[in-house]
Formats: sequence, C-alpha cells, structure tokens
Amino acid sequence: MNNPSEEIDQGRRGFLGAAAGVATMTLAPGVLLHTIASAQPRSERVTDAVRYGMLIDTTRCAEGCSACVSACNQENGLDLQRMPAGMDPEKWDRQEARWIRKVKLEDKLTGRITNLPMLCQHCEHPPCVDVCPTAASFKRADGIVMVDRHLCIGCRYCMMACPYKARSFIHAEVEEKLTLAPRGKGCVESCNLCVHRRDNGEDSTACADACAAQGHHAIIFGDLKNPESTLSKALAAMPSRQIRENLALNTGVRYSGV
Amino acid sequence: MANALLRGSFISLGLAGALLALAVQAAGNNFVVTGSQAANEKSCVEPTDFMRRNHMEVIKHQRDETVHGGIRSTKHSLAGCIACHGAKGPTGDLLPVNDEKQFCGACHDFAAVRLNCFDCHATVPTARPAAQPNRDSGRSSGSGLPAPGTKLPPGHSQPALR
Repeated sequence: MNNPSEEIDQGRRGFLGAAAGVATMTLAPGVLLHTIASAQPRSERVTDAVRYGMLIDTTRCAEGCSACVSACNQENGLDLQRMPAGMDPEKWDRQEARWIRKVKLEDKLTGRITNLPMLCQHCEHPPCVDVCPTAASFKRADGIVMVDRHLCIGCRYCMMACPYKARSFIHAEVEEKLTLAPRGKGCVESCNLCVHRRDNGEDSTACADACAAQGHHAIIFGDLKNPESTLSKALAAMPSRQIRENLALNTGVRYSGV
Repeated sequence: MANALLRGSFISLGLAGALLALAVQAAGNNFVVTGSQAANEKSCVEPTDFMRRNHMEVIKHQRDETVHGGIRSTKHSLAGCIACHGAKGPTGDLLPVNDEKQFCGACHDFAAVRLNCFDCHATVPTARPAAQPNRDSGRSSGSGLPAPGTKLPPGHSQPALR
C-alpha cells in the first residue's frame, strides 16, 4: 500500500510550499531594493555577493612616501590620538593605534629593497575571529574583518593571533574622535576598509585615493568576486601573492612584486 | 520605640515627598535643550513618551544593524541623537551632549544612570575632511551623519561633510 511515488509527491508539495513562502518574503525586500538605487546610505544588510579586497603593487610603492598612512589616519581619526601626559615617547610609539604601517624589506642576498603598506589582510579565514571569546571580532558578509567594539572586552587575543600585526589596542581614554570612527579605551581596532565609505556607496578607500593622488597608483581596491572589477582584472594580469600564504588564510589583500 | 517609629515614618514621608516633587519637576520640564535642532522639532523620531523609556533599546538594535549589516539609513541612530540634540554655547561652539547641563548628561545625571556611549562615541557631530574634494560633489550626508555646522577637530581643515 505504501506507494513510493506518494512520498515523492509529499516532498514536492513541501518544496513548492517553501518556494511560495520564499516568493512572498522577497516581495518586501523588493521595495527596499528599489530605494537602494537612489539613496546613498545603505538600507539593506550587506551580502556575500561581493568580497572587498586590494592589490598592492609594491613596485609602485615609493620609499619615503607615507601618503596612505596619513590619509588613513585622517580619515579614521587616528591623528586625533594624543600621547598621555608623562608617557615615555618610545612607549607611545609602540602603543599608538595604527591601521596601516609602511614596511621596508631588504633581501640580504641580493640587496633588493621592497616597500609596502601592511594592514589588515581581511582574511577569508581570519585567526582573530577564531580566537575572539566574545564574537566581537567578526567577518562581515562582504569580507571586511572588523571589531564590534560594543562586544570587545579588550583581551587582545586577536592581536596575538594576527600574523600581520594589524591590530591596535586603545590603552588610554580618547578625548577627540570622529562621528564615523568611534574609539575608546579598552578596545581593539584595525583597518575596516573604510567601511563607512562602503556603506555610503563610495568606490574607494582613503589609502587608495591618497596613493593615486601621489601618482603612484600602488593600491587597487575593489570587489574580488566581480570578474569585471579593476581589481579582478589586475589580479588576472599580474603575478601576485598573499603574505604568509602558507597559513592558508586566503587574504583579501594581495601583493605583487614581493 | 513608638517615637522612633513615628520619626522613621516622618522621614520616609518627607523623602517620598521630596522625590515626588523632583519627579513632578522632571515631568513638567522639557529637557530638550534650547538652541538645539530638536528644540524646533514637534517630536523626536518616535513619540516623546516612548523615547523617554525606550531610546536605549532602539539604538541598541540599530547598532547591530549598522555594525554587522552595514545599514546606515536607519531611523534611529546615536549619531542622529547627537546631531539633533546638541546645542551651541555662547561662543557658537557645539556643546558635548553628555555635559552636565546638556541633553544626555542632564537626564542621566538626574536618573543616576552612568552611560558609557561617550567613552567611544563623539559627543558633538564631527566631520572628516575631504581627501579628494572632487569625489564629494553631489554627495549628501545621509541620516545619522553630521548635520551642517558640525565642529571640526583640531588638525582637520576644510569641512566637507559626507
């Protein structure tokens, strides 16, 4: 009596029911989809349809130039940090929050010198997220690795786990901050690929803009998932590497000429 | 014994009376600060009674939407509170909203609630300068972003709002 075809029918019915549910659910976001095209600030949750990343052409990165660093500092209010009174300047130099640092590499055998900006690599499998005990360190759907400072307890496990020394801890109270870049004592922070620019529909980062303004064009920012993006085309055209690729983190920031 | 009881009840009555007087005063007062944008508005983003009780709830939900979902066009936002409720001092400077006599500070002081929003968040609307002025043309600041006339921190020139 137990006809197997009936069971299949049941399955189909369930599937069709679910499909109808999905169809009605997408009707409401459809309204929002219309508004997102005209309004600048984002009104829908980010999705994994994009993955933001960068290609840094180290052959174009000039020695002595720190335009990307200053642009980042100004964009994200890092230049508003003040050394606490009576602190040893050397200690402050180690503790001051930095989202990008310029690194100079020298090949001891050949003497070849490479300059590059080092920042959060926005890994697909970020070690900082793995170790965070409060889920403050997280990866946004669009690939940006950031800290939810409402949840950060300042344990600094993420700083220990990061192979790139990309994160900073805010040791002292911060008097001045920008509306778009909250910053306070006891939290960890790092590059967020100018997330406010992403959410307001802009197409670049402060560092990439500053580098281009200097005429170097060493930083290409874009969407790794879009084969038509400038970034994807550049990655297809020139050899590039991930730093510490042996860790298999699949970084979103790639380097060429290293 | 009876005396002590009587004295005790007088004290409690007196305390209750004082509290009531304070509460009536608080309810009668409009805490919106003169000179702020909010003073010219008919109501907040929600009815005033609702906002008095639930302002922390609505921005708590919104912060997750913004931090994790990237949604910046929300009706409720702390940046919106600060932009609208901030007042200007006699010299034209924007006053921090958490100051003792300002919108956030006055009420939290009265209610004895220590708030730590401003450990991290800016207390006056602040703008960042435009790195590439040509990129800014035609951009309007969305809700939750600094309102016109925002204070610029030292070291930042060329106010250009995004």
